Amino acid sequence: MTGAVINKRRIAIAVARKDLTIEWNSRILVNQVAPFAAIVMVLFAFALDNDGILLRVAPGLVWLATLFSMLVVVQRSFTVESADGALDALRVAGVDMGAIFVGKAVALMVQLFVLELMLVATAVVLYGVEMTLAGFCEAIVTLVVATIGLGSVGTLYGGLAAGARGRETLLPLLLLPAVAPVLIGATRATEAAFGSGGATVSEGWPWIGLLLVFAVLFSAVGTVAFGPLVDE
Amino acid sequence: MAGQSGTGTSATRRLGILVIFLLATLALCGLWFSAEDVVQGSTVRIMYVHVPSIWTAYIAFGLTALCSGVYLSGKNRSLAWDRVAGASGEIGVLFVAVSLVTGSMWGRLTWGTYWVWDARLTSTAFLFITYVGYLAVRQLGGTHRQRARRSSVLALLAILEIPLVHFSVTLWRSLHQEATVANPNAKVELDGLMLFSLFLGLVAFTMLFAWLVLHRQRGMMLEDAFSDRGLDVAITARRNEAGA
Repeated sequence: MTGAVINKRRIAIAVARKDLTIEWNSRILVNQVAPFAAIVMVLFAFALDNDGILLRVAPGLVWLATLFSMLVVVQRSFTVESADGALDALRVAGVDMGAIFVGKAVALMVQLFVLELMLVATAVVLYGVEMTLAGFCEAIVTLVVATIGLGSVGTLYGGLAAGARGRETLLPLLLLPAVAPVLIGATRATEAAFGSGGATVSEGWPWIGLLLVFAVLFSAVGTVAFGPLVDE
Repeated sequence: MAGQSGTGTSATRRLGILVIFLLATLALCGLWFSAEDVVQGSTVRIMYVHVPSIWTAYIAFGLTALCSGVYLSGKNRSLAWDRVAGASGEIGVLFVAVSLVTGSMWGRLTWGTYWVWDARLTSTAFLFITYVGYLAVRQLGGTHRQRARRSSVLALLAILEIPLVHFSVTLWRSLHQEATVANPNAKVELDGLMLFSLFLGLVAFTMLFAWLVLHRQRGMMLEDAFSDRGLDVAITARRNEAGA
């Protein structure tokens, strides 16, 4: 029993390390996804064309840009697997699918977290957001908790949409409605952290609670449901 | 199945006749006999379609989840459960669409706008999109078993997702008119015939749903059988080519 648990943990770590190594070597996140996210932030500024509005909606824009970039990252995460039938090979080898889910989700979370930090920094620079120390701490907690939720759901639906032709277009349709609670919760919490529209830091914590529920629920469900979903 | 044309049986034909009768009665009661609302006037008549259709959609998605759960937990994993789940999901999407369209028509007349960002409307829109996604996953291809397994897990995920979306959207904002009939604290304040029309609508739409699901799942069974048969035929043809 203990052996099996340690084994699962080692599988998860190995999968996460593999994904992050691939990312580190290819630099897709830094060279392609991050510039994409940055240009989305710049385009928002063109579209809204008003410093006051921009400052007020900055938190929502950060999270929208995160969701759009996430679609790219998730697809990338599973293209790596399906290109050589790697996922099939792991399944045939009898590797625990729950452990694979955890590993891939953790790797996705790390990438998303880096991306979100960059987006928040962009908002500070481009949109003129100012944060207090308490606000900064709240923003970090929001990023961590929201990222756990996003990483879990992203891996779950990414696995389903991976593989056969024509499924890339399916991912946004499945993923975006599912992450609506994260968009709502994270935007409100970030508003509190940024102090947008007169929001105070204390107003953000209940929304972080919502994010926490989402994160716990989907990481637990994902571990169970990932196997049957990607099973082909 | 041999010799049978279409998806009907004598039972579904009787059910169908009953549905036609109920819908005709509903149309008469809703459009003709029932009185205008004191405040809303004739626009209240939209409710006799709007409320039953969202009710039917909830039943449909409940049935989808139930059948998906039974499919996944059952030992023999009969594909019949999957087909009922799929048929029910399709018809549920149809009824949510009806309720969204009728609701926004009512909203235009009563609130002066087709759409407001209120909690119930927004989460209903999410419900619609979520099940459109479910139907898309059913179309992914692969074997019937793959389709069944994938879509069953997804249907159960959707049941998990929907309360979360609803809860978070409610936190986000809420303006929607409180439920009038299903409110335990308030006495029902509806004229007798209006209430009768509403309940008649619920019964008629539920029956219509049952009729549609029965036919659709049989249609799906034929589709599955056709694709299996088609594969066999193709394999035989290739074999014959190779042999010739």
